[in-house]
Amino acid sequence: MAKIKGAVEINTERCKGCDLCVVACPSDVLKLGPEVNAKGYNYAIVVNPDDCIGCANCGIVCPDGCITVYKVKL
Amino acid sequence: MDTKEIIKPENLVYQKPRLMNDNPMHYCPGCSHGVVHKIVAEVIDEMGLSEKTIGVAPVGCAVFAYNYLDIDWIEAAHGRAPAVATAAKRLNPDKMVFTYQGDGDLAAIGTAETIHACNRGENIVIVFINNAIYGMTGGQMAPTTLLDMKTATCPYGRNVALNGYPLKISDLLVQLEGTCLITRETVHTAAAIRKAKKMLRKAFENAMNKKGTSVIEFVSTCSSGWKMTPDQSNKWMVENMLPMYPLGVLKDKS
Amino acid sequence: MPEEIKLMKGNEAIAYAAIRYGADGYFGYPITPQSEIMETLMDEMPWETTGMVVLQAESEVAAINMVYGGAACGKAVMTSSSSPGISLKLEGISYMAGAELPGLIVNVMRGGPGLGTIQPSQADYFQTVKGGGHGDYRLITLAPASVQEMADHVALAFDLSFKYRNPAMILSDGVIGQMMEKVKLPEQRARRTEDQVRQEQTWATLGKPDNRKPNIITSLELDSSVMEKNNQRFQAKYKLIEENEVIYEEINCEDAEYLIVAFGSAARISQKVVDLARAEGIKVGLFRPVTLWPFPSKRLNTYKDKVKGILTMELNAGQMIEDVKLAVECNVPVEHYGRLGGIVPSPTEVFEAFKSTFIK
Repeated sequence: MAKIKGAVEINTERCKGCDLCVVACPSDVLKLGPEVNAKGYNYAIVVNPDDCIGCANCGIVCPDGCITVYKVKL
Repeated sequence: MDTKEIIKPENLVYQKPRLMNDNPMHYCPGCSHGVVHKIVAEVIDEMGLSEKTIGVAPVGCAVFAYNYLDIDWIEAAHGRAPAVATAAKRLNPDKMVFTYQGDGDLAAIGTAETIHACNRGENIVIVFINNAIYGMTGGQMAPTTLLDMKTATCPYGRNVALNGYPLKISDLLVQLEGTCLITRETVHTAAAIRKAKKMLRKAFENAMNKKGTSVIEFVSTCSSGWKMTPDQSNKWMVENMLPMYPLGVLKDKS
Repeated sequence: MPEEIKLMKGNEAIAYAAIRYGADGYFGYPITPQSEIMETLMDEMPWETTGMVVLQAESEVAAINMVYGGAACGKAVMTSSSSPGISLKLEGISYMAGAELPGLIVNVMRGGPGLGTIQPSQADYFQTVKGGGHGDYRLITLAPASVQEMADHVALAFDLSFKYRNPAMILSDGVIGQMMEKVKLPEQRARRTEDQVRQEQTWATLGKPDNRKPNIITSLELDSSVMEKNNQRFQAKYKLIEENEVIYEEINCEDAEYLIVAFGSAARISQKVVDLARAEGIKVGLFRPVTLWPFPSKRLNTYKDKVKGILTMELNAGQMIEDVKLAVECNVPVEHYGRLGGIVPSPTEVFEAFKSTFIK
């Protein structure tokens, strides 16, 4: 079947480093990064972009609506 | 394929709801409130009701809800949201009126207002966040605090002799003829959130179709009050809260 | 068409006047001696004629919060109760003041404290004009002394509360509420449409059209510098009300050597005392505050060098007497007479007390 590729954008300033997106991602695409934002939170970053399937779990569970999700069928 | 090619408007599948503005929310990291705010915002927008919706905010963690969703809001005194909503709806029958309340607001000080609004079958939606604690004031015991659960005002664990039993308010409301939909949901996984959103949508439709009061209880977490990480809170909720507050539809006359 | 004169109770007059005003909603709870207000409204079924909502709430607390909700939508809404019920509503009243919401609260006073009695009293004066709820707020307070004024004060109180975006109270008592007198009811006014409310109350929460930011009705402000500004705005409003909205009545005061200051039912009794005194050649005048807040201090002050003594006649242990003393800067001896427990003194009884106090 057609290969699906996804990608996410994270609003790193709005992220509170709650880690729920990391937990929800089925493909371990995300991780809390070493850097902190203005509020001192270790914001989530994309570590395995190629594994993203655009399922949007991360975006849906994020309590602050920080993640925008895209998906394309190849 | 490079992510730059994927990140294009036409490939968009999920984003922050339109009605949720850019004000940073004061909720603690991982708090269920934020997720419930999103699905409320999505349901209002999908039903094209943003110009006709009046939200009634409580006193509690969600006291600042009016800063986050771009609709008209009335802030009620602690516990009085169902009375405020009753008047707003009866005086403006064509509007969509909902209350957004925590467990202390709805099941402690506001118990009478909750019961009587439901008993009158007011055509409103009650969004009920049950995280078994008073979050805003610093983690005190709430009516829904579980037995043996430690809080700032039952530091050795809630015990029946001193603090009585956890209040299963939704089960009480099932008995009231005026209620048409009562369900318990959670927002700790994407699947649960999708299901909860469907129920919320049904509740909003009931209100607009004058079918009586709908109560959506979101069994929720309070990571700072429970003193756990957000992920631990979700797990603790599943293991401890859900047995006391089982999920699913308790009543559906819609 | 001949003038429409009717005979009815003060409580009933409140109900009819509210309908005639075009009030949008009434939210009440039973309590003697004012239950006739809601009974009359339920009997009249205005929801079928003017569209007015009438709802019996589960408590006075719920009722005042329904008023708060309706007022937030810019509607003309009201509640009524009696003393113990008003105590329950004070949090809501403070919230209305803090959120700058219009609205009418009627208090048909009964004897207190506690469950008290169902007989008339004026012992809620302090509670009403000195702020029974929390915070620096003021409550526009009208004191009707007749069934006609019970009717007239509904429109007056509503108009003032909308003019200043502040709750207003009609402070009546069991006598005025229960007694029957002739009354000419105001003409029927149409209730305002939603568009009118949106234009006149641009702050109302009626659903946010795309062309404006959300309307938020709240009294919460955690930033104390902003909260101070809010309070300064309230204080400026109260100053304006004090300068512009004082109402009082003076009967036989031009040549008065003594004054009786009394409001509501006590003023009706005092009118007779003035006659009794005049019959014995004692020049007594009646000064009747109609607005208890704003209190007619300026006008009363003009008597501080003209009269030899002032008696305040109040059905309480002496409350308004303090404001009278302040008004005349203690330049004149001010004494109080009043009965407690719901007893209503007769004019002769008050006249005897007046004489033994001032005419030794």
